Amino acid sequence: MYYLEARNIVKQYASHKALDNVTVQVPHNHIYGLLGPNGAGKTTLIRIINHITGPDSGEVYIDGRLSIPSDVEKIGYLPEERGLYKKMKVGEQLMYLARLKGLTRNDAKEQIKFWLNKFDIANWDKKKVEELSKGMQQKIQFIATVIHRPQLLIFDEPFSGFDPVNANLLKNEILELRRQGATIIFSTHNMASVEEICDEITLINRSRAVLQGEINEIRQAHKKHLFKVAYTSNASTTECTLHSNDIYHVMEQRQAGCYNTAIVRKSNATTSNNELIQALMRECQLATFEEILPSMNEIFIDTVGAPVETE
Amino acid sequence: MSKISLIIENEYMTRVRKKSFLVMTLLTPVLMALLCCIPLFIELFSGSDMRNVTIADQTGLYREVFVDNDEYTYTYLDTETSSEQMRSDESPYAYIVITDNLLNNPNAMTIYSHKQTTAGFESEVERSMENFLHEAKLASYDIPGLQQIIDECNVEINVSSIRFDEEGDTQTSAGLATAIGMISTFIIYIFLFSYGGMVMNSVMQEKTNRIVEVMVSSVKPFDLMMGKIISVGLVGLTQIGIWIILLVGLALGASVALGIPLFINNQAEILTQVQSMSNTAMAGSAAIDPDMLDIAQTLSGINFTQIVVCLILYFIGGYVIYASIFAAVGSAVDNETDSSQFMLPITLIILFAFYVGIFSAEDPEGSMAWWCSMIPFTSPIVMMVRIPFGVATWELALSLVILYASAIGMTWIASRIYRVGILLYGKKPSYKELFKWIKYKA
Repeated sequence: MYYLEARNIVKQYASHKALDNVTVQVPHNHIYGLLGPNGAGKTTLIRIINHITGPDSGEVYIDGRLSIPSDVEKIGYLPEERGLYKKMKVGEQLMYLARLKGLTRNDAKEQIKFWLNKFDIANWDKKKVEELSKGMQQKIQFIATVIHRPQLLIFDEPFSGFDPVNANLLKNEILELRRQGATIIFSTHNMASVEEICDEITLINRSRAVLQGEINEIRQAHKKHLFKVAYTSNASTTECTLHSNDIYHVMEQRQAGCYNTAIVRKSNATTSNNELIQALMRECQLATFEEILPSMNEIFIDTVGAPVETE
Repeated sequence: MSKISLIIENEYMTRVRKKSFLVMTLLTPVLMALLCCIPLFIELFSGSDMRNVTIADQTGLYREVFVDNDEYTYTYLDTETSSEQMRSDESPYAYIVITDNLLNNPNAMTIYSHKQTTAGFESEVERSMENFLHEAKLASYDIPGLQQIIDECNVEINVSSIRFDEEGDTQTSAGLATAIGMISTFIIYIFLFSYGGMVMNSVMQEKTNRIVEVMVSSVKPFDLMMGKIISVGLVGLTQIGIWIILLVGLALGASVALGIPLFINNQAEILTQVQSMSNTAMAGSAAIDPDMLDIAQTLSGINFTQIVVCLILYFIGGYVIYASIFAAVGSAVDNETDSSQFMLPITLIILFAFYVGIFSAEDPEGSMAWWCSMIPFTSPIVMMVRIPFGVATWELALSLVILYASAIGMTWIASRIYRVGILLYGKKPSYKELFKWIKYKA
């Protein structure tokens, strides 16, 4: 079941179309990646989900029903452009933001205490935000995002601006929130983190969703039938070089003593892996055989770099 | 609805709890008082600058004309001095050379100086000489008992003006009405600028701090903007409230100390009061300055309740209009330098209103004053000048209705710009783009 569905969203700004019929379906309790180059329309989509701006057409469904403005109380949003009131004390600031998300004063107090203790920063309560270091402010910013126990979390470029220690902390917290049942949308350029934590993604390019699905399926679908093999020579011959034939094509080869590695490509996608192995076995003693799946980074560059077909 | 009150509460409390709020609230009246005293200070300092004037009176007729005063000391030359000698001696501020009997030859007096003399000096010299000649001429007619006649001719009168009013005729004073009108106008003018500026800065800060996107993911941009405008306005009203309390406290204290009743609108009552006071004064128990009585009497003739109520009503209306504009400007720009482009027209309008206000004091019923007290952008400033002179109720009502309707319209327009502006970084928008933003769909 989908926790969040954005159906056929169109958003037109004066000079350009920010979103062109984009549909995104985020399953319950998944970590969903929203990828795309700068200016593709990710932030616009997020703002529409957050009721910051409205779509020209299309609807947003939350938990199976049409989203209403008060749904923002169920959403925790960490925007890419983020900040805090510098002159306010940490405790007051969190109280204010929590109450704006619909928490009562008592609930907010409890949550503030819980999170400050969790991050071991209970003594910052009375400090002004401007007195804190950047890293400390990031922790407060994170607490502000999750303090109302939102069922849907939206992180826009969460790791930008976070130092590695806090970035790791953030990642663990995100995974922890998922374990507790939250659904998470994750907008980023950082493909390594996408592979690491996302279950599904949508790639938005030039206002359109150009690629959608589970990470593994996408990687499978984009595989280029490349295999990494390590081998030694068959006893009969001393020298061992793989030669391209009608089953496979040798992309590159490296020799290190009698232990060689090579990257080969199936000449024909329909050839089964076993047939490929058998063909290789005829040439050499196979030590390892591993299919190379494209990284999300490569898929991203391939997809975004490809010319967009015109209507 | 509860969210907007949360915003108001938070913004209001943050501002009022700041030390600077308390300091400014208490310091502003002191600064204002000092500002009023500046002319006094200037007089004090400039008075110490004595100028020496040398007089070469070749006729010997005018020895008694010029008398030393605070600014000038006069010395008479006994020996004849050539113009070359005067030219070489730079120590006197100026020379006055009289070559002939001025009654026969009015052009016989000349002022020589090394530096350009002031107009004040020239008129002083002229006036002294003319007075002297005037009396000399009178004396030349040889009228018996002349001095007595002259003394009797110097009549001093005291004009009091009474305005017909529904509640009875009240003693008024054009000077006092002007003063009150000017003060009210000045207060509104200063407040529009300072509180409007406060709203703009606050909006700009939220934008540059990048907190605004966090905020609008919880509340509607309109709520955020209105919350800010309302809370800053409440801060302003709090400040005015504190000042009114201080003022009333001071006035009550003064009236108790001087035994003068304030806040009485009834003419008869005033008269009896004044009479009883004059009686006591005549009895010699207390020496009360008659000027003081006059002021007290005129003060009682001003409808303070109406002025205070209108001051607050016009402050609120004008403030909402200008604060909305300021909020829209703050949302559209990224930094203070960019804001000046949009500030200029606003400043011009407010300044224009301010000058119209000042001139309305001369002609409160003039068509300029009338129209500007209806146009919502100028009415808060201009109308406050007219009110102490008496304004028809329907005019007040019409002006207020226009003002409040425009205030609502303005907040709507401002909120349209605001909700687009706060989320847009980088480039400074043109006026054309601002108009486009107004038309955007939510």
